Amino acid sequence: MKIIKSICFAALGLAAAAAPSLALADELSAGDTAWMLTATALVLFMTIPGLSLFYAGMVRSKNVLSVLMQCFAITGLMSLLWAFWGYSMAFDEGNALVGGFGKAFLSGVTVEAMSGTIPETVFMTFQMTFAIITPALIVGAFAERMKFSTMLVFMGAWLTLVYAPICHWVWGGGWLSDWGILDFAGGTVVHINAGIAGLAACLVLGPRKGYPERQMPPNNLGYTVIGAAMLWVGWFGFNAGSELAADNVAGMAMAVTQLATAAAALGWMFMEWLSHGKPSVLGIASGAIAGLVAVTPASGSVGPMGAIVIGLAAGVLCFFTATKIKRAFGYDDSLDVFGIHAIGGIIGALLTGVFAAKGLGGAGFGEGNESIAGQVGAQFVGVAATIVYTFVVSFVLLKVLDAVMGLRVNEEQEEEGLDIALHDERGYIL
Amino acid sequence: MKLITAIIKPFKLDDVRAALSEIGIQGMTLTEVKGFGRQKGHTELYRGAEYVVDFLPKVRIEVAVDDSETDRTIQAITESARTGKIGDGKIFVTDLAETVRIRTGETGAEAL
Repeated sequence: MKIIKSICFAALGLAAAAAPSLALADELSAGDTAWMLTATALVLFMTIPGLSLFYAGMVRSKNVLSVLMQCFAITGLMSLLWAFWGYSMAFDEGNALVGGFGKAFLSGVTVEAMSGTIPETVFMTFQMTFAIITPALIVGAFAERMKFSTMLVFMGAWLTLVYAPICHWVWGGGWLSDWGILDFAGGTVVHINAGIAGLAACLVLGPRKGYPERQMPPNNLGYTVIGAAMLWVGWFGFNAGSELAADNVAGMAMAVTQLATAAAALGWMFMEWLSHGKPSVLGIASGAIAGLVAVTPASGSVGPMGAIVIGLAAGVLCFFTATKIKRAFGYDDSLDVFGIHAIGGIIGALLTGVFAAKGLGGAGFGEGNESIAGQVGAQFVGVAATIVYTFVVSFVLLKVLDAVMGLRVNEEQEEEGLDIALHDERGYIL
Repeated sequence: MKLITAIIKPFKLDDVRAALSEIGIQGMTLTEVKGFGRQKGHTELYRGAEYVVDFLPKVRIEVAVDDSETDRTIQAITESARTGKIGDGKIFVTDLAETVRIRTGETGAEAL
């Protein structure tokens, strides 16, 4: 009897060691780690060159390099600031509002340090790529008229005062995590955040010279479509990677991401076809992005059919906000950061509350919420908190920087184009 | 000497070039231009922003000819560039005061 017991225990022990999904806390899973290393690269790819090309193709040719420069510089700057204090402020224990400085300069993030089943280095770098793309999104709102120097200062301050705290609230154990809010990959932290900050920026900076009478067509839609495609592919790292593991949830996250995006792309395309008479490539690409944004908070909780509805809603509604509504209100959100990221993020965040319901194919509500109404209510809290905080702090920050350094280039520089005026370069020497 | 400037539809360029070769015109200069006369432009739409594009792409050919060649040249261009639809273009004839071949320094009719 004793021998049989020993053999059984030994067998169990072997089984536990051999099956990575049965990992004990802090035991490294090679599968999870391999995936997260890949996901990190995919999300970085979303910014450089995905988002960079997406945006660059949409501005006028005299400003094409300025956009690429802004995105690249943000990538470098946010990487370093994240390591210095961003990561700590977001993910170190601190209080309900912001993390502490225990991990500043990546103290404690050693080769061996773990974060669940993956090394903490991988978790930190993965989160870094989110801290890179979120400010990079805002570039779209102030394109073609922002000073490069002030932009760098703004972004550094924004990471510190806006991104890190909100990240902490939702993912770092801060106050929003007590509400059972479902924000799998950053509908609030990334998209609503950047979208609203973008709105603040275009309001403070004012419209481009000549807007809206002067024609400012996109200089290279080829870039834009290529960029959009790179964003789509990279987004698998963004959403499926937010599971921080290579498992079933990640699998579903990938599936729903694809479906929502497809629905949104076609949704926008058909809306434009109906509204204008012809479908456009800028439209279908924009629709895809709207879908990707909307499914971001939902990707860990909804099922395939729910995702399709979410995508369709985003594709159709963002079509209106990025075209008709923007023109009606008159603000110059050059590349529709508010119209797509904020609105798409809000639509996605709220619909997550609906389609998380098990009855609708979802994975169930967040902790403490028992019904669709309850969950949507919780989602609303997250959305509202993000909107208010981001808008106020971004607005104030911009106003202060405007007074101290000036936000906008002068009229002559704007007319000449930022590529020559700020960088002494031309994007096209044909 | 005359300078004959023809503004034509871009896709007609090969036909005009062939026609000019056939009557013995050896050289010409090409510029890509934009313009309109009675031909309507078109509308482009980028995320809800409608742009009316009046200026249409055209091609400008310049040929320097001897006075005696003027009528044949005009005829060749006209016949080869015509489609019968609005936007076919125009031909302008101006007096050419001097022509110089840079390589040799020849002037006048020899330089054409």
